[in-house]
Amino acid sequence: MSDLIKLSAAALGEKIAAGEVSAEEVTRAHLDRIAEVDGRVHAFLHVDDEGAVQAARAVDAQRAAGDKLGPLAGVPIAIKDVIATKGIPSTAASKILEGWRPPYDATVMTRIRDAGMVMLGKTNMDEFAMGSSTEYSAYGPTFNPWDLTRIPGGSGGGSAASLAAYEAPLAIGTDTGGSIRQPGAVTGTVGAKPTYGGTSRYGLIAFSSSLDTPGPCARTVLDAALLHQVIAGHDPRDSTSIPLPVPDVVAAARQGASGDLTGVRVGLVKEFSGEGAEPGVMAVFRDTVEALTKLGAEVVEVSCPHFQYALPAYYLIAPSECSSNLARFDSVRFGLRVGDDGRNSLEEVMSLTREAGFGEEVKRRIILGTFALSSGYYDAYYGQAQKVRTLITRDFTAAFEKVDVLVSPTTPFTAFELGARTADPYQMYLADLYTIPTNLYGGPGISVPAGLSDGLPVGLQVMAPTMADDRMYRIAAAVESTVGTFAPPAL
Amino acid sequence: MSTNVLPTYDDVVSRYEPVIGLETHVELGTVTKMFCGCPTDFGAEPNTQVCPVCLGLPGSLPVANRAAIEATIRIGLALNCSIATWCRFARKNYFYPDMPKNYQISQYDEPLCVDGYLDVEVDGELVRIGIERVHLEEDTGKTLHVGGATGRIHGATESLVDYNRAGIPLVEIVTKPVPGLGARAPEIAKAYVAELRDVIRTLGVSDVRMEQGSMRCDVNTSLNLPGAEWGTRTETKNVNSLRSVERSVRTEMLRQAMVLDGGGTITQETRHFHEDTGDTTSGRSKETATDYRYFPEPDLVPLAPEPVWVEQLKAALPELPRQHRARLKTEWNLSDLDMQSILNAGAVELIERTVAAGASPEAARKWWLGELSRRANADGVELEAVGATPEQVAKLQVLVASGKLTDKLARQVLEGVLAGEGDPEQIMAARGLEVVSDTGALTAAIDEAIAANPEVAEKIRGGNQAAAGVLIGAVMKTTKGQADAKTVRELVLARLAS
Amino acid sequence: MAAISREEVAHLARLSRLAVTDQELDRLAGQLDVILQSVARVGEVAADDIPPTSHSVPLVNVLREDVVVPGLTRAEALSGAPDTAEDRFRVPQILADEE
Ligand SMILES: [Mg+2]
Ligand SMILES: [Zn+2]
Repeated sequence: MSDLIKLSAAALGEKIAAGEVSAEEVTRAHLDRIAEVDGRVHAFLHVDDEGAVQAARAVDAQRAAGDKLGPLAGVPIAIKDVIATKGIPSTAASKILEGWRPPYDATVMTRIRDAGMVMLGKTNMDEFAMGSSTEYSAYGPTFNPWDLTRIPGGSGGGSAASLAAYEAPLAIGTDTGGSIRQPGAVTGTVGAKPTYGGTSRYGLIAFSSSLDTPGPCARTVLDAALLHQVIAGHDPRDSTSIPLPVPDVVAAARQGASGDLTGVRVGLVKEFSGEGAEPGVMAVFRDTVEALTKLGAEVVEVSCPHFQYALPAYYLIAPSECSSNLARFDSVRFGLRVGDDGRNSLEEVMSLTREAGFGEEVKRRIILGTFALSSGYYDAYYGQAQKVRTLITRDFTAAFEKVDVLVSPTTPFTAFELGARTADPYQMYLADLYTIPTNLYGGPGISVPAGLSDGLPVGLQVMAPTMADDRMYRIAAAVESTVGTFAPPAL
Repeated sequence: MSTNVLPTYDDVVSRYEPVIGLETHVELGTVTKMFCGCPTDFGAEPNTQVCPVCLGLPGSLPVANRAAIEATIRIGLALNCSIATWCRFARKNYFYPDMPKNYQISQYDEPLCVDGYLDVEVDGELVRIGIERVHLEEDTGKTLHVGGATGRIHGATESLVDYNRAGIPLVEIVTKPVPGLGARAPEIAKAYVAELRDVIRTLGVSDVRMEQGSMRCDVNTSLNLPGAEWGTRTETKNVNSLRSVERSVRTEMLRQAMVLDGGGTITQETRHFHEDTGDTTSGRSKETATDYRYFPEPDLVPLAPEPVWVEQLKAALPELPRQHRARLKTEWNLSDLDMQSILNAGAVELIERTVAAGASPEAARKWWLGELSRRANADGVELEAVGATPEQVAKLQVLVASGKLTDKLARQVLEGVLAGEGDPEQIMAARGLEVVSDTGALTAAIDEAIAANPEVAEKIRGGNQAAAGVLIGAVMKTTKGQADAKTVRELVLARLAS
Repeated sequence: MAAISREEVAHLARLSRLAVTDQELDRLAGQLDVILQSVARVGEVAADDIPPTSHSVPLVNVLREDVVVPGLTRAEALSGAPDTAEDRFRVPQILADEE
């Protein structure tokens, strides 16, 4: 095993720019690692060996030609399979998109390529990002590198596991209800959900349009910030993209790493006081908060009375939007077609295709959403959920008048055993209890490793006001500076 | 239950009162589609004007076209609507293969323009049609049905979809229900659509070609007994010409009366209009109608037209057809009857352009309502498709006024224009059709005629001027009709007087 | 009381174009019932005078200029299709009569 794979993305970028190592060497080291361990981890759905080496050589050629390289030029990256990549299979881990090669790149992907980064391949996930364990992938689960009998979180379990297994130094995730932060927490990695509208959704295969947010996954806070800087910023192709400058998250991460939080007010959400959470998770959380006070932060308890309705509101809004977003998978323009035998009508072929092509969780949510949007039910369900969303936003606004950031455990429990929560869908939904309010509000949230409970990683979540992404990076980096980083046992 | 006997129209309107309503879809003439930068050219090769957005590919997102929003606001203003200060797009969810995302981005309870009216003139009388709303949505692709005998969906074994049209901006204009029209309901429905077409054409936001499908109508019709509540309405789709609008209302009034007379009830349903027979047939009934599950489009942000912007658009509205017609009537010094005949002939714009090209209003009206209308009727085409342009007609008239053509010669030149032989002057040259005004040539011809007819010349010299006709005829023959008969007569008399 | 009946789930599946099997229907009806009972809690919040939030970004009037942007070639457009004919997307016979 090459030492290169243990390096941070920041270090790799510097070495490549300085000519100490070639992008090709770095890329090959990661491809070798994937070949070595991914049979056991199953973080990837598709590895693009050839494309990766080509992209790396292009960076090396640029350097040889005397071009100044960006901080992440030549650094490999894994991309969640929900992001459209031109000419490369993009399935959202669904059978219905098996083999689909988009004729276009997502904006996030374009920016990654423009930064000279090297895409290694596409990572596993819960089908259409619906799930919290990556067990709902149509192509089989991903296994947590900390314990291969446990889940890596979800939906972005593949991206998080690829980092924990040293298959990639950076990855892209998407966060609709916690799909970047929760996998980060349970794999001991960093996952950041930017402000909604801070990163472009163009080319992100939609699950819930008003919540979906692409964001960076990394092993360190600075690495996450560097990737954030590459992918964030206004995109005219996404009407919900915010036309403002990107907060300087890299500077904030560097500032936080100094470990000084004097004058920073940190809020604890009274309603997240630990009911339903594992004692070990709460213990790590309390220790971390203690550590923050030692860095100079003032800790204040704030009440967000409507957070308790976030989960129910989310499980109405997200399924409603998904029932509409997933209507396009109809066997006409792309993807799977089942039952076209010359006798079945198009309606039958569509229904057979969708029945065969969608997994159980996806179907469950489509039907739930179809119900919530039906005339006669709309007001009581979807309409009421949107009002709850207003109240949750008001809770955040009021809280941020008192404190700079809010903190909580990222998830109520550490990585659970595969199969432990699939029988009861609602038990699975609880994994996102602490992450969902941020999605409904639209602000940024980050999960940073905070410690271990029974040998398994626990994450701390930092939530900040919209467009104050820099603030959360600063706090997260301070946490990292005091608790350190966590490496899984050797695979 | 039904008697299956169609009552007469007069009978129906003597016993029932119709209520009509119209929903008109207009494809805007923007350069690009509603939510993507694909071109909107009509008739392009299939699936060549598409992108990830209008194909509904996974991950693609819409961004609204400013020009389409502006055009919709302008239509709303021209129809005296209030413009929303804040509104949203909504998704209308239903599965259909020509709709790429299986939802249509449309507007639901928050349209861009509401509560206006359009005044329509029918036989000199104004009828005010209330406008409920004007909203913006996207068009669907086009489906070709293969394997059946008729190219229709029924009997087809498969279908082929072209998404070039998918995503072209479509404005939907919905009237309020219009009661109290009585027997004139079909005629007023047609007049409304015609007026709406003229308004939109004047705004320059669409070519409003019903035959190309850039303007399409759905017609709602119901009947009730005098004094009773409004009846159940049906919605007739595919009404794609002015004539069909009128026919479909009439047909549906007759059909509904027949059902009601037989003791039956009207089903709330969509019906399809068939241009060939003028009949309507049943489509989807309301009972099985899809629940569209409208909800605010999360991929687009709200629209909040700035009052300043709306005021600017309002100030820049062109003169609308009705005001324009009133002005022309005064300028051209026409009676109500004259103006009405111009309107009925659909000749306003043609005459206007002819006048602009140099003809007098009187002459322009004479040509378009006379010779050219006759020709259009005979050929069974619209006046504007008759084959002569206003510029050509104006030129013709200028040639007559300057004495280069007689009326008779001008009609021959027009023949040439209509036959596609070119512009009037080219035709005059090619066919040798100019008034012979060269007196030398005429004098020679007259001398020749006198020499050939000495006894006639004698009679004239003796004071019998009526005998001159023979000599004039001979001169005209020599000059192949290209001399002005009046001039010849004067020259003959002068010659024989001395 | 069940929040949702088996028949209702069957209707929703048809609306969603999902050819669910009978066993699946039984299972889904049970699961959806549990989920719906839980999410129905949003109704506990008195929110009559609260405006709904459809978008978390405070943006309005995001518009593009009416200028052509290059799209896909026909080959690219058709590249992912399960079936094509005559440069179009081929589908089996269409029965329903919608719009
Ligand atoms: Mg419509
Ligand atoms: Zn397009």
